[in-house]
Amino acid sequence: MRVDKRTSITKLAAASILLCVAMLYGCVTPQLRATGDLGIIIERADGSVQIVDTTHQRSLAKISGLGDLSHASAVYSRDARYAYVFGRDGGLTKIDLLNARIEKRIIQAGNSIGGAISQDGKIVATSNYEPGGVKLFDAATLDLISEIPAVDRAGKHSKVVGLVDAPGNRFVFSLFEAGEIWVADVRDPRQPVLHKHLNIGRQPYDGTVTRDGRHYVAGLFGEDGLALLDLWNESAGVKRVAAAYGKGSQPLPVYKMPHLDNWAMSQTSAYVPAVGRHEVIVIDTHTWLDKAHIPVAGQPVFVVARPDGRHIWVNYAPPHNDTVQVIDVLTHQIIQTLHPGKAILHMEFTPRGEQVWLSVRDDDRVDVYDTETFQRIASIPAAKPSGIFFTYRAHRIGL
Amino acid sequence: MRANSRIRQRLSRIILIGMTGLAATASTGVEISGTRQAALLNLLKQDCGSCHGLTMKGGLGPALTPEALRGKPASMLREVVLRGRPGTPMPPWAPFLSESEAEWLIEVLLKGEINARR
Repeated sequence: MRVDKRTSITKLAAASILLCVAMLYGCVTPQLRATGDLGIIIERADGSVQIVDTTHQRSLAKISGLGDLSHASAVYSRDARYAYVFGRDGGLTKIDLLNARIEKRIIQAGNSIGGAISQDGKIVATSNYEPGGVKLFDAATLDLISEIPAVDRAGKHSKVVGLVDAPGNRFVFSLFEAGEIWVADVRDPRQPVLHKHLNIGRQPYDGTVTRDGRHYVAGLFGEDGLALLDLWNESAGVKRVAAAYGKGSQPLPVYKMPHLDNWAMSQTSAYVPAVGRHEVIVIDTHTWLDKAHIPVAGQPVFVVARPDGRHIWVNYAPPHNDTVQVIDVLTHQIIQTLHPGKAILHMEFTPRGEQVWLSVRDDDRVDVYDTETFQRIASIPAAKPSGIFFTYRAHRIGL
Repeated sequence: MRANSRIRQRLSRIILIGMTGLAATASTGVEISGTRQAALLNLLKQDCGSCHGLTMKGGLGPALTPEALRGKPASMLREVVLRGRPGTPMPPWAPFLSESEAEWLIEVLLKGEINARR
């Protein structure tokens, strides 16, 4: 009797474990899925994002309720499962790509421009306009850890731009009004240690860091050139790069601020948008002198390198925002001038660069181009699409 | 500059086509067609919105809500829109907007209609 009872209990337990496993497998995870070929598209009119699959060039899901996304960007968790979306209205939304849902959403500021994730993946930082500063959040819970108010020596607040991560669990960012670059060591995120570089130039509008995390550069709007900081030799301070490119001539009006999201580097050159000139500036990354100016169709907004560095793709501010040009890095010639549609806002390459995805805002679609043939190979409907962010960013310094 | 005049031509063509549709009158008394109004609202929301926010609550540029603009004369605002603000990122929009169109957009902003109208 006793033995039988025990046997039947064991059988029952085994059966229920099997049932549980079957239920888990069948209901909770019907199909295993990785995230390496996923990404998100920001739909700024609807305050929504689409989750997309770059292998099949299709949309997998649409997630709504992300607020004002007029200037939105995203970074990824180190496992590339979660996207952190930074909205204009100060919203910070953590999206689960696999379950296609909002994991958590907070309003962390009145007005925000973007964010970054730390080297160890544990801290998400936001760069805010109102109130100007940086906030640090726990990447798992989005709980606030600490704040870095962007207040200069005169006691004035600045908008924070060009926030990136750098090795050593640091964040680097620029103060628009004050004209400063700050390096925050957040190894103890409760007490960030700040190094401030003053008088770096007037009105830094954005910043970026090289792929190796060594050089931080801030583009200047208020004067010509860029401010460069060597993070391997911080005590040498900030030096000015390409400072003389526009001197003596009247700058052209800029109908959209250029962006430095993704440093375009190839071989020994960096390619950056000129401000108020219809040029791409080529900077020698050994001497940091500008060695060429490539005339282009308009005021460049994004100047991005195909992942192999063979070509540079450029889009433009209004009224030339229907145009995309491709520059050959060996000849510095424009080899393609495309007119993909009305208002091209962003370009994002697949990790190895065989495709580029373009957001065509005023035609309400995202187009996918083959980067060898320059032919359109797919098109995905999207409501006023702006930024496109693929998961390779999870594993890149500065993105 | 050639591109600007090309765009102007294109715009005036759009205006002509739009004349047959709904029309509104700016304070100068010049009519703005329904099609052109839609184009202007898209410009305001999307292109001005790049710096001022889609809901006009500000960004790199200041907020353009009725509260933020209160007390500022419409003629001054029109001049800022058309000629820009030297020393700031605000560019002159005169190549793309007539005076009456700038005035109409300012009316939309002052009434806070940007979020109601699409």
